[in-house]
Amino acid sequence: MRIGVVTFPGSLDEVDAARAVRLAGGEAVALWHGDDDLHGVDAVVLPGGFSYGDYLRCGAIARFAPVMRSVIRWAGPPESASPGLPVLGICNGFQVLCESHLLPGALVRNDHRKFVCRDQRLRIERNNTRWTSRYGDGEEIVVPLKNGEGGFVADVPTLDHLESEGRVVARYLGGNPNGSYRDIAGVSNATGTVVGLMPHPEHAVEEGFGPDRDAAGRLTNTDGLRFFTSVLEGVLTA
Amino acid sequence: MGRVVIDVMFKPEILDPQGKAVAGALARLGFTEFTAARQGKRFELQVDGEVTEEVLDRAREAAATLLGNPVIEDVVRVAAAPEGDAQ
Repeated sequence: MRIGVVTFPGSLDEVDAARAVRLAGGEAVALWHGDDDLHGVDAVVLPGGFSYGDYLRCGAIARFAPVMRSVIRWAGPPESASPGLPVLGICNGFQVLCESHLLPGALVRNDHRKFVCRDQRLRIERNNTRWTSRYGDGEEIVVPLKNGEGGFVADVPTLDHLESEGRVVARYLGGNPNGSYRDIAGVSNATGTVVGLMPHPEHAVEEGFGPDRDAAGRLTNTDGLRFFTSVLEGVLTA
Repeated sequence: MGRVVIDVMFKPEILDPQGKAVAGALARLGFTEFTAARQGKRFELQVDGEVTEEVLDRAREAAATLLGNPVIEDVVRVAAAPEGDAQ
């Protein structure tokens, strides 16, 4: 399976995302922001970092990049009942997905106004998405989190809609790191093909390089890898 | 040459951390009569010729498409800049 990883001007984590795809057993295909050709990939990852200086608002200019025209077209409308191209947006990629209106809500500056960088405990609350099917229902994981503008916000009817439809994919545990409404760390579109996530699963995919959870101090955590193995499973039967 | 001024503000229900920081600084400096602050954005778009109603319509379209995010922000003003307004 071929997974495209987009590079925007200012992307930081596309190399780690491509590495995560390869470690999961997929083929990583480099996509360029200025090229609207998706080169026939089966899914797309929008990586973390920044894009176009994040001028105006994070992801606001990236949303109009040629590559995003194609991503938006193939992903389909967020409330559609027919599944489109699977897309995972991580951190800045999540911001781009919200600005693209492929996902509801928006990401704003952390409520405490400081950049946050830490290992973050999460609960996977929706495992019938294309990106989380390899997690248990309600499974708790730890992956790195690093953001300055990671506060997920939306109006109350939108939040209620997301909750009632079971579209909160992941929620923060052990303290809200950025002021996200209802501790929301990630959401999905109606069919679970498009997922946005503020924390970084691609930084927890290989032993020796992830968050530290081992009693002996060894870095054994690979909790993030299953985001990338999940999408390889193909069409969901859920 | 004309200019259109566009003001964008966070919606009231959206937390404005920058405004909160400004309010805190004002209070520390003794401006205690200001009990809250909200921070917005001002855009100035230049056109050749006069700012007509058509130009304002296009500016409103630009504001809705790019300059403001309707999920979190309101476009509170789209207007021609007054003559002689400082650049």
